[in-house]
Amino acid sequence: MKTSQGAPGAKILAFGHYQPSNVVTNDDLSATMETNDAWIQSRVGIKERRIAPDNESEIDLAVQAGGKALAASGLAVSDIDLVIVATCTLETQIPNAAGRVATRLGIDAPGAFDVNTACSGFCYALAVANDAIRAGSATHVLVVGTEKLSQWIDWTDRATAVIFADGAGAAVVGPSDTPGIGPVVWGSAGDKFDAIIIKDRDSFLHQEGQTVFRWATTELHPIAKEICERSGVAPADLAAFVPHQANLRIIESIARKLGADNAVVAKDIVLAGNTSAASIPLALSRMIERGEVQAGGLALLLGFGAGLTYAGQIIEIP
Amino acid sequence: MALTEQEILAGIGKIINEITGIPANEVTPEKSFVDDLDIDSLSMVEIAVAAQDEFGVEIPDDQLKHLKTVKDVINFIQN
Repeated sequence: MKTSQGAPGAKILAFGHYQPSNVVTNDDLSATMETNDAWIQSRVGIKERRIAPDNESEIDLAVQAGGKALAASGLAVSDIDLVIVATCTLETQIPNAAGRVATRLGIDAPGAFDVNTACSGFCYALAVANDAIRAGSATHVLVVGTEKLSQWIDWTDRATAVIFADGAGAAVVGPSDTPGIGPVVWGSAGDKFDAIIIKDRDSFLHQEGQTVFRWATTELHPIAKEICERSGVAPADLAAFVPHQANLRIIESIARKLGADNAVVAKDIVLAGNTSAASIPLALSRMIERGEVQAGGLALLLGFGAGLTYAGQIIEIP
Repeated sequence: MALTEQEILAGIGKIINEITGIPANEVTPEKSFVDDLDIDSLSMVEIAVAAQDEFGVEIPDDQLKHLKTVKDVINFIQN
């Protein structure tokens, strides 16, 4: 039996992102539930977020973001042979999102699968894309993180309604002579499976805030350091740190303990809310668009969330 | 190597200042976290985690909710 031979490495060629146009501010939320702008900003860090209307689905968001990443990559749609969608808020049980996203983008018959690890989904999917290209299972991969959390939220529960939002981010990954995506560090804490949960189709998203906060502020900074060690990159050499945009205080806590003193720390949550699997590519795509980071710089991506799961890697910014 | 109440208070003041920005000299034993210092439950978790690093004493969530004042935390760490 033969085996396949891939490229020496893989790299991200381009990012793209999409947010629904409907902006929901803290003041808007205060009109329908017991909360206020100052409370939300100090507890979570969010000023405003985007909520998709009923006729805009998580598939629509993925198609928009994926299309932008494809356009920016300079590739033809026929170059893409694998599509991976990271999502945990798909409305249909079957089929997956990836097949539909591919068809809508005009990508003909690629490998197509979804990854459901919630907020760590993009990093898991990116790791698999990297491995596929290096092993010869694919040549160019479209990786999308998309979420419509708004359709799973109890809009009377201020613990979740002020935090979660909708959006999508995407990356086109291609072969490279040198590694543009570093080794993944991934793991889980399945004993805390009920810390963030939507337990069935008729249920809302529920989160044990303190359990998640404690786990995120204690367990993840050693993981971030391990990612640096495995990649042979010192925290001081990072140009950007892009953790999942869970909560501004978690972001600041991990950043502080990582000690990436020269890195721009992504704080997209302020204007985007927590968009689960979309949050990392959405944040980084917007940072690149605003010129906050330069091509060639190194970014540490760190996804973490429901599962509980985590995954992260260092990438070269396209 | 038992720490004095003053040493623990100084350590807690420093931690609270780092996490919340409240000046360390405003952190006095009789003050209540919620009512006097306006420190919420998520900050309490951050403070508990930092206290574990500083003093080597773990404060689990189910104990944390009973610690209402700075003095309560000092006593917990001393015992």
